[in-house]
Amino acid sequence: MTDLLTVQNLRIAFPSRHGPVEVVRGVSFAMGKERLGIVGESGSGKSLTGRAILGLTPPPGKATAEKLEFDGIDLREATRSQWHDIRGERISMVMQDPKFSLNPVMTIGRQLMETYRTHRRSTRAEAHERGLEMLNAVQIRDPDRVMNAYPHELSGGMGQRAMIAMMLVTEPELLIADEPTSALDVTVQIEVLRILDRLVSDRGMGLIFISHDLRLVSSFCDRVLVMYAGQVVEEVKATDLANASHPYTKGLFNCLPRIEGGQRPLPILERDADWAL
Amino acid sequence: MALLNSCDLEVTFTKGSEHVQAVRGVSFEVAEGESYGIVGESGSGKSTVLRAICGLAPVTGGSIRVDGQQLVGARRPDFYRKVQMVFQDPYASLHPRHTVDRVLSEPLAIHGFADRETRVEQALEDVGLGQGFRFRYPHQLSGGQRQRVAIARALILEPRILLLDEPTSALDASIQAEVLNLLDRIRSERGLTYVLVSHDLSVVAHMCERLMVMQHGQAVEEMTRESLQARNAAQDYTRKLLTASLGYRAAQEEQAS
Ligand SMILES: Nc1ncnc2c1ncn2[C@@H]1O[C@H](COP(=O)(O)OP(=O)(O)OP(=O)(O)O)[C@@H](O)[C@H]1O
Ligand SMILES: Nc1ncnc2c1ncn2[C@@H]1O[C@H](COP(=O)(O)OP(=O)(O)OP(=O)(O)O)[C@@H](O)[C@H]1O
Ligand SMILES: [Mg+2]
Ligand SMILES: [Mg+2]
Repeated sequence: MTDLLTVQNLRIAFPSRHGPVEVVRGVSFAMGKERLGIVGESGSGKSLTGRAILGLTPPPGKATAEKLEFDGIDLREATRSQWHDIRGERISMVMQDPKFSLNPVMTIGRQLMETYRTHRRSTRAEAHERGLEMLNAVQIRDPDRVMNAYPHELSGGMGQRAMIAMMLVTEPELLIADEPTSALDVTVQIEVLRILDRLVSDRGMGLIFISHDLRLVSSFCDRVLVMYAGQVVEEVKATDLANASHPYTKGLFNCLPRIEGGQRPLPILERDADWAL
Repeated sequence: MALLNSCDLEVTFTKGSEHVQAVRGVSFEVAEGESYGIVGESGSGKSTVLRAICGLAPVTGGSIRVDGQQLVGARRPDFYRKVQMVFQDPYASLHPRHTVDRVLSEPLAIHGFADRETRVEQALEDVGLGQGFRFRYPHQLSGGQRQRVAIARALILEPRILLLDEPTSALDASIQAEVLNLLDRIRSERGLTYVLVSHDLSVVAHMCERLMVMQHGQAVEEMTRESLQARNAAQDYTRKLLTASLGYRAAQEEQAS
């Protein structure tokens, strides 16, 4: 089986007064049609890794890699017209920041319809119908109102679901979802995961699922990369996440509060300078 | 007397002939020094309740009282010395062209604090950000780093009431633990009062003595920490939340059985 995506020695650096600072330092992984989780420290480079795959490293940052290949296409050398066929069409990304992905001055309905119509030849009525369908699928209570609403008129979780709906209308082959469910209540979260799950199992989509929610990742994903200070420090089977071997990963689980109650103050993680070498 | 009191609060957004009743008669009281949780459905009005307290949502009924005084109209500057809010979306709440330093020192200047330098330094340390972050702009920060700046900004004025909207959902478990411990500590040291919105029931169980469950603009249930810990819910919706909080697989199985 050929891999859907191969990333080899990805490095991302930002210029600073003291020369370039590397924030992603040699990330490598390959994935197929599976649910790949990425967890890790805040600021460890998860979002930037996701964006680099789509060639969207924010300037003045520079991304380099020995290999960045999607379905046999060398993404490092992709031309504008190749990106046009890939971005949003074959690879989609749900950004961590909803305000970044949604156009603030356009209604949700118009954005959904435009996204759909740039990817499928269709009439306005068809696009409208499809938009409503997607909002329904992500459990929006009143899809008609939300179609006519601007992003600032939605709650945090509704905005997040509108973004997910946006990605779904295009049916990508690879979906990079950056904290896609962090603003959702747990019941809606489960529904959204069910949709993503179906896309992976039935349609053979590949999914990169970036999240801080360890319990969610370990129960939803197949495999998990753990990032720390710009590197992948560990790769584990999702169900083994709680028994991971790296001290950072192990420490994370101890820090979680529990419904049943427990320690106060919560245990915190003593970071070892060696982890960042 | 409760420090914070919301009585039959109603919030309605109006756009042309359309009305969205985001909050439909919500009442609760929070005592001084208490930490009160709000959980519930996405879109049920949790953030709107907090925004209404800050005078940032169109209140169309009921009342909000702080210290027994009813809040009406635009809030005066001294209100924000007393009440601070950490918004759900740290991207939208930080000015894109202000450095972290400016975000933190401006409120201090407005309210006439003297030792600004030390306060800014301390606030950054408190949320686990080094001095290296001081002159960065929001777009040069990761999601969790921005969230911590927003928390530091709320704490720096030493308010009496802190409204926290999903304060740790963008943080990894270790930073979350540090931030929750910090919030816990300053609450007991300074007798702060919290209203905390979260989707994470274990965070609410850890932080709050009592909580309210919201659905569709209404409070469907009020619970104590003990009843939450015992998973002792009176309402169907609360039971659903508790099941879903077990994780993806467990929830799938529960539903199947
Ligand atoms: N424009 C920029 N200039 C300088 N540094 C940046 C810039 N953008 C991001 N960084 C730094 O790069 C690092 C990685 O950022 P990234 O957003 O990928 O983190 P993350 O793992 O997604 O964190 P989080 O979990 O908090 O979202 C962070 O330490 C961040 O401060
Ligand atoms: N400015 C606005 N104009 C119109 N409707 C709005 C506005 N702000 C919020 N609403 C609506 O009010 C309702 C409640 O929103 P709110 O943000 O309070 O929900 P929430 O409980 O915080 O949800 P989440 O958990 O998803 O953040 C939603 O239906 C939302 O669409
Ligand atoms: Mg991120
Ligand atoms: Mg909200």
